[in-house]
Amino acid sequence: MTTARPRPAPRTGAPSEQQDSAAQAGTPGRAAAPRPARVDPTPATGAQSLVRSLEAVGCDVVFGIPGGAILPAYDPLYDSTLVRHILVRHEQGAGHAATGYAQATGRVGVCIATSGPGATNLVTPLADAMLDSVPVVAITGQVGRKMIGTDAFQEADICGITLPITKHNMLVTDPADIPRAITEAFHIASTGRPGPVLVDLPKDVLQAQTTFSWPAEMALPGYRPTTKPHGKQIREAARLIGEARRPVLYVGGGVIKANASAELMELARETGAPVVTTLMARGAFPDSHPQNLGMPGMHGTVAAVAAMQRSDLLIALGARFDDRVTGDLSTFAPDARIVHADIDPAEIGKNRVADVPIVGDAREVIGELTAALRNREGERTDLTSWWNQLNSWRETFPLGYDEPADGTLSPEYVIERIGKIAGPEAIYSAGVGQHQMWAAQFIGYEHPRTWLNSGGAGTMGYGVPAAMGAKVGMPDTTVWCIDGDGCFQMTNQELATCAIEGIPIKVAVINNGNLGMVRQWQTLFYGERYSNTELGTHKHRVPDFVMLAEALGCEGLRCESKDEVDRVIEQAMAINDRPVVIDFTVGADAQVWPMVAAGTGNDQIMAARDIRPLFDDPEAGGADEVVTDIEREQ
Amino acid sequence: MSTHTLSVLVEDKPGVLARISGLFSRRGYNIQSLAVGPTEEHGISRMTICVSVDEFPLEQVTKQLNKLVNVIKIVELEPTTSVQRELVMLKVRADATVRSQVLEVTQMFRAKVVDVAPDAVTVEATGTADKLSALRRMLEPYGIREIVQSGMVALARGPRAIAANR
Repeated sequence: MTTARPRPAPRTGAPSEQQDSAAQAGTPGRAAAPRPARVDPTPATGAQSLVRSLEAVGCDVVFGIPGGAILPAYDPLYDSTLVRHILVRHEQGAGHAATGYAQATGRVGVCIATSGPGATNLVTPLADAMLDSVPVVAITGQVGRKMIGTDAFQEADICGITLPITKHNMLVTDPADIPRAITEAFHIASTGRPGPVLVDLPKDVLQAQTTFSWPAEMALPGYRPTTKPHGKQIREAARLIGEARRPVLYVGGGVIKANASAELMELARETGAPVVTTLMARGAFPDSHPQNLGMPGMHGTVAAVAAMQRSDLLIALGARFDDRVTGDLSTFAPDARIVHADIDPAEIGKNRVADVPIVGDAREVIGELTAALRNREGERTDLTSWWNQLNSWRETFPLGYDEPADGTLSPEYVIERIGKIAGPEAIYSAGVGQHQMWAAQFIGYEHPRTWLNSGGAGTMGYGVPAAMGAKVGMPDTTVWCIDGDGCFQMTNQELATCAIEGIPIKVAVINNGNLGMVRQWQTLFYGERYSNTELGTHKHRVPDFVMLAEALGCEGLRCESKDEVDRVIEQAMAINDRPVVIDFTVGADAQVWPMVAAGTGNDQIMAARDIRPLFDDPEAGGADEVVTDIEREQ
Repeated sequence: MSTHTLSVLVEDKPGVLARISGLFSRRGYNIQSLAVGPTEEHGISRMTICVSVDEFPLEQVTKQLNKLVNVIKIVELEPTTSVQRELVMLKVRADATVRSQVLEVTQMFRAKVVDVAPDAVTVEATGTADKLSALRRMLEPYGIREIVQSGMVALARGPRAIAANR
């Protein structure tokens, strides 16, 4: 392979969210070949048709690995000046990078893999993107049409395999269909409730001679997402909001997907109601805003959980009453009536019956709700006593942590300091586990699309490749990955990609030597029997994360004491020519609190170990505490 | 649990059946009967699905079916306001001594003999599930060698039609 070919420069300039994908023509350096708006039928191979379709649809970057069946596509891709290909080290990395790119930019993320194992390595990121409703298009090679179904070399029925974990998928059997398939894939992925779409392309379809023309007509008679809410339901919701004495705005990830943060701010102002932002919605509403009670759910704030439990009206916006938010459904928010707005009709009434169902795009719904509230006659309910109670919970049970008694470094402190030093303009991705919860709790998010994590699937290993994808999409933004030592060991090979492709992310490995969240459950629920949770990253220092980082072409730093934390973070902030990995060697015994133990009701929330708030008694205002043993709660 | 009949208009494309049956099997519901065939519109097929499921999970399944890109329309057909038919073919042991009795039963059910052999006849009948099982009970004493039965097809009564473009 020659090295003479110049690599397209990384994108510069953060695109605004409102820009539509067709306008993403790339850097000025690449403006020489503008994206075609219209192409008359011209001869092309299937592979050329694919690459030209990707260019025309506005795709500017793809993450992938070539292999036998997809090889024809890589030949014209080599010449494309509009589509940058980033060669990852594992297809899972390509999938999560596409997800991170999509979550950070709002545009469709694209990954490419070959047939068989290449395609099956995309299964985890596709399932992840499905559960978190992320617009991703996966392009996979397939064995030649005549070989399909013969157990040919590197054959896998990837359409069959990904049937339940994609929004849609398609096997293209006619090369003339490629432009339409790509158009439809991008359309389906990015409209309605977003999600992953897989396009499977047999090798001989890519090699065949066909014609390319643009635009391609879509044929989707069964796909008509409802975006405009029903006026009657909006008026009914406004009436309930106007009459509610203890309303809560229950904000989910759909608000970020719909770019509805500005509208949400208006609605919050208009109603004066408290706002809770789910794990997927952190950043949808500023944490610094006095109406924000923080995150609800299993590791949410006591105030957010208590507000929902005692609410008389939950206004769910792009949220799906996930079990990690509701706890035991039968005791969740028992007095609340439900206004449930979602773009996916199947979410409404799935877990909790809605009194007012609203199907529509969150931005339109929220805008119309605010307008309806403004037009509404009559007196506004006074929320003073509700806010007194909320503030009392907030003051009595603020988020916090204790310094480890054994003098080890506190992981919460490290994460809090990263959030303070990198600030709310940075993007943060996380793996899954304790560090993810602490990153959701102790970093203040002010903007949408600055918090990327695997919420629904809980995919360990999501953090590093997602940060890589985010940095590619937002090259001028600082991107931090808050990772655990367990998660980091699943996908850290993508740091080689970052080093070589010039993607200077910063990774904070919160190294507690253990699979920390599992260990926490073993401490609480399995009698401190630590079966297979110790990773040896403390005891044996295997791997040595500093040496590993350096071997992968990154700067490797280590921090073991509190007084070094700020200095090391600032040192990492100053390095922008290569990725940085910091091994924060922290104590193993820190735990995530508050906690609603799995299977219990939200009223059983523990503010800290052995401290259970009593927010049943209105006289007590939630200030009482009882000492219980959480083991007995099980 | 009660039986529901769903009439589903789908794009005639490979994999549609797998997508639809997957939605039922993933949730542990057994499809009792399924019939697929062309419609008055080219490229559109109609599936008639009978499934035993409670009202609430059915609503969730219907919503999930509606989310499938290849599904165009879903209507639940009530037994009282629709015509529901199944087709059965029964191969009955019938030599010369009992053949006339078998033919008598066949006529009573307005069924047809579609094949005859020295010691067997094949009877074809259409009707509701109740009628077909009554026919089967009447023929059982003679000895049934083989049965094949179609899934139910159903059409709403009255002048209105379920159309793909509405």
